[in-house]
Amino acid sequence: MEWLEQVKDPEIPVLSLVDLGVITKVEVNGYRVEITITPTFTGCPAIEYMKQDIIEVLNSYGIDYVDVNVSFENNWNTNMISEKGKKALKDFGLAPPPPHNLIFDIDILSHIECPNCGSKNTDLKTPFGPTACRSIHHCNDCKETFEQFKPL
Amino acid sequence: MNTDAVKELLFKIADDQLIIGHRNSEWTGMGPILEEDIAFSSMAQDKIGQSYALYQLLHELGEEEPDQIAFMRKADLFKNCQLTELPNGEYDHSLIRHFLFDTAEIIRFGYLAQSSYTPLAQLAKKIQGELRYHTMHANTWIKQLGTANEESILRLQYSLDQLLPFALGIFEPSPFENILIEEQIFVGEKVIMEKWQEQIMKIINETDLVISSFSAPAIYGGRFGHHTEHLNQLLEEMSEVFRIDPAAEW
Repeated sequence: MEWLEQVKDPEIPVLSLVDLGVITKVEVNGYRVEITITPTFTGCPAIEYMKQDIIEVLNSYGIDYVDVNVSFENNWNTNMISEKGKKALKDFGLAPPPPHNLIFDIDILSHIECPNCGSKNTDLKTPFGPTACRSIHHCNDCKETFEQFKPL
Repeated sequence: MNTDAVKELLFKIADDQLIIGHRNSEWTGMGPILEEDIAFSSMAQDKIGQSYALYQLLHELGEEEPDQIAFMRKADLFKNCQLTELPNGEYDHSLIRHFLFDTAEIIRFGYLAQSSYTPLAQLAKKIQGELRYHTMHANTWIKQLGTANEESILRLQYSLDQLLPFALGIFEPSPFENILIEEQIFVGEKVIMEKWQEQIMKIINETDLVISSFSAPAIYGGRFGHHTEHLNQLLEEMSEVFRIDPAAEW
């Protein structure tokens, strides 16, 4: 797991796949390591990069046989992002997703805390940002536009 | 489990996702405002990704690889409803289609998340979360433009009247309907359609738009491979690069 901390999200390079919660299983059978990952979004184009990165990092530690499976058995949701991961998102300038009970109301997207000034006087501009996992918001206090890692 | 019934179900929903995804992607660079450009592009990415995952399930049931299924079939083997293949038209036309279609989708995937066919249920749970953002987008714009001014209301109403019979075609019954219901794989089109009508009316009632009745004759055929001429053109364009070298590594 410590080694896997080196594998970062290709679109948010401060966030490791471990903290993002997409690595759902690690099995070691002798020389062979089997990793299971679950995509953040079904059509996430970063999945192939993630697979390759996991293999390369483990190869660099001398593990030659690495299998990476993509599974929907344990569905990813934003509650799976660790506290460390949420802090990393905030430091990166992305508002972390609020915790939710999986059947959240879409209103959860309004009044997100601005990662620049901390104000909650913010509006959702659009739920679709530069990547599938981000929404765009505007802060009425510091007048900055910011992105949020949207709850899923 | 009746594999033929499951395959037919998977083909129709995957083809819907692929074709509407392609149509959504045509807004990339063309949206009326930047946010809408991005919204339709994001939804395109979601839907094409979802179709890939569904084709992957079909592959596990013995069908060809997802790329082959997506790019190498002739139009008459596609099971998407005709609504999804129609050209985008003006923005109001696309918006109404998006509203009618995605409302049906979120209900469909809600039920599929309870399917007795576990791989589909797992995937549907995931997709359902993503679709929530699609219906939120559709509902927001329908409410805003459906109450905005005379021109926006007239345009939306015209598109709604045009597209309603096609939207009813989403629910064209499958020859396997009874088997799917009996084996608790899928609740069936009738249940989905009733919920859809309720939900559509709920939003329409918050606007100045009208649906006097859902009893217009539905435009069927898509689920049995009968399509408009638009699908052929779309498939030709979509598969042009793939067909040049189907074995290429990307």
